[in-house]
Amino acid sequence: MPKLFQIKPSVGLLSLPYSLVFIFFFFIPLVLTFVISFWDYNEYSIIPDFILENYRYIFENCFSFENGMCVTFKTYLSTFMFCLITWFFTLIIGFFVAYFLSFYVNSLTWQIALFLLCTIPFWTSNVIRMISWIPLLGRNGLVNDFFLSTGLTSTPQEWLLYSGFSVVLAFVHLYTLFMIVPIFNSMMRIDKSIIEAAYDSGANGFQILWNIIIPLCKPGIVIGSIFVITVVMGDFITIGIMGGQQIPSIGKIIYVEMSYLQLPAAAANAVILLLLTLLIIWIMTKMIDIRKEL
Amino acid sequence: MFSKKNNTYYVCVFFFSLFVLFLYGPTFTIILLSFQGPDGGLTFPLNGISTYWFEELWRGGSVVDIGSAFKRSIILGIIVMILTVVLSVAAGLAFRKKFWGSNVLFFTTVASLIVPSIVLSLGVALQFRLIDDLTKWIGSSLNISWVNDSFQTSLGMYSSGLGAQLTWTLPFGLLIMFAVFNRFDKSYEEAARDLGATPWKTFKEIVLPLIAPSIIGIALFGFTLSYDELARSSQVMGSGNTLPLELRGLTTTVTTPIIYALGTVTTFVSFTVIAISVGFYLFLKRKKGI
Repeated sequence: MPKLFQIKPSVGLLSLPYSLVFIFFFFIPLVLTFVISFWDYNEYSIIPDFILENYRYIFENCFSFENGMCVTFKTYLSTFMFCLITWFFTLIIGFFVAYFLSFYVNSLTWQIALFLLCTIPFWTSNVIRMISWIPLLGRNGLVNDFFLSTGLTSTPQEWLLYSGFSVVLAFVHLYTLFMIVPIFNSMMRIDKSIIEAAYDSGANGFQILWNIIIPLCKPGIVIGSIFVITVVMGDFITIGIMGGQQIPSIGKIIYVEMSYLQLPAAAANAVILLLLTLLIIWIMTKMIDIRKEL
Repeated sequence: MFSKKNNTYYVCVFFFSLFVLFLYGPTFTIILLSFQGPDGGLTFPLNGISTYWFEELWRGGSVVDIGSAFKRSIILGIIVMILTVVLSVAAGLAFRKKFWGSNVLFFTTVASLIVPSIVLSLGVALQFRLIDDLTKWIGSSLNISWVNDSFQTSLGMYSSGLGAQLTWTLPFGLLIMFAVFNRFDKSYEEAARDLGATPWKTFKEIVLPLIAPSIIGIALFGFTLSYDELARSSQVMGSGNTLPLELRGLTTTVTTPIIYALGTVTTFVSFTVIAISVGFYLFLKRKKGI
């Protein structure tokens, strides 16, 4: 590029305020979390030090399986299960909704309107959306009324609310949007003539879906999956409210340790959670890259 | 193959309607239940119809100080909205060209969206705790009297709370700016520049009106995401709780429809903001004829 058109330094400087927010409220806090995870603490203060005690405590009894699985592993396993189940349902539903919007809705105005209809709940309160399941799933809720009146069950079903079931339901309810948006975005970029060509060559609907649409949506699927999985991995609010404060999660461990001011212990848990999240993201991004290579 | 005549189309419409019902149905049940009579409970059947629970909420009946939490949330939401618009539009302009550190900043933006909220909240809380300790230490070693006498904590709604929320709203703002500038026709700007307009004038008279509808979108994200934000701010709000934080506390203690009335009110606020934004967006779009 000729010298005349080179970047003026002033344009890049416009990003400075934005960058400062992330330096001060993102970078430094994460670095401090890592550093403080090696600190010592007592009831009322945190003490600069370099100890591995916080990490050792997390994995206490984890590598001798005499007494069954340790609490940490159990918690992680339970959180992974929530991730997996939520991921499965949000993917199926999100994919379907995006598929409907991009291929079955023909006018752009309707596409935007229906897309907005799916997006609006994202801008309303999550807590309200969680408690709005109470009248439906509670002991005297509509679902139990229906079960009892039709004689499907003779007693109210307790597993509907404040259970693993209601946690997954709330996750799917809250976060399917994270799948819809990126998958819809990928689908809108698919050249319709490719699909027509396949159809004209005799491919049936399923073949088109499996051999054309899904492969072309892979980036969208991966981005959506990353969002859903990371949000479930670190969750403590949904699991707390919908699990009736009875179901453990990694986020909840951190939260409880913070409330007891065991900050270095919470920091150690946060570091492990962050590393695991990064590992999952790394594996998932590898998945699209490899497919691109093939 | 996606014709409207075949059965798959109707099956798809049916499932999509079910999904919309799944999205909105629960919210409408609590709106319905919030209009119960004084004997109403948390579940159906409806016990009479009245605005009793809204009056009770207005009187502050037996629940925490909802009024001031509400006010705090609105004020913080507006501040976050303004900062999100200004900072992400400025950063968006910068990102139109490569600059030193632009890649790092982009990855930070994405990372901020997917970092577990509790981890970020903890990090910011730790940072402000260290700032407090440092301030107190400086205060006592230099004998600064106001620090020794009155300094409690730097943690608060407008410091740590604001910052933690910005790490959630700013990425959305910047990503919207990316989407805008990817489709932006540069020729208008070049024409203005060729006619001798200064960069500031070009921005004010050409670029800003063209991106104005999208700025409404950024403002909508900024306000609503802050107004409902809970996970990131949960550890860093200091003494004054915002509405979502109060609401979360109420889920375990309140057993009357007053919580539904509160839910109805805050959902109404969100819907109003969304409706105003969409209306404003359409108005600006139409006005510019683009």
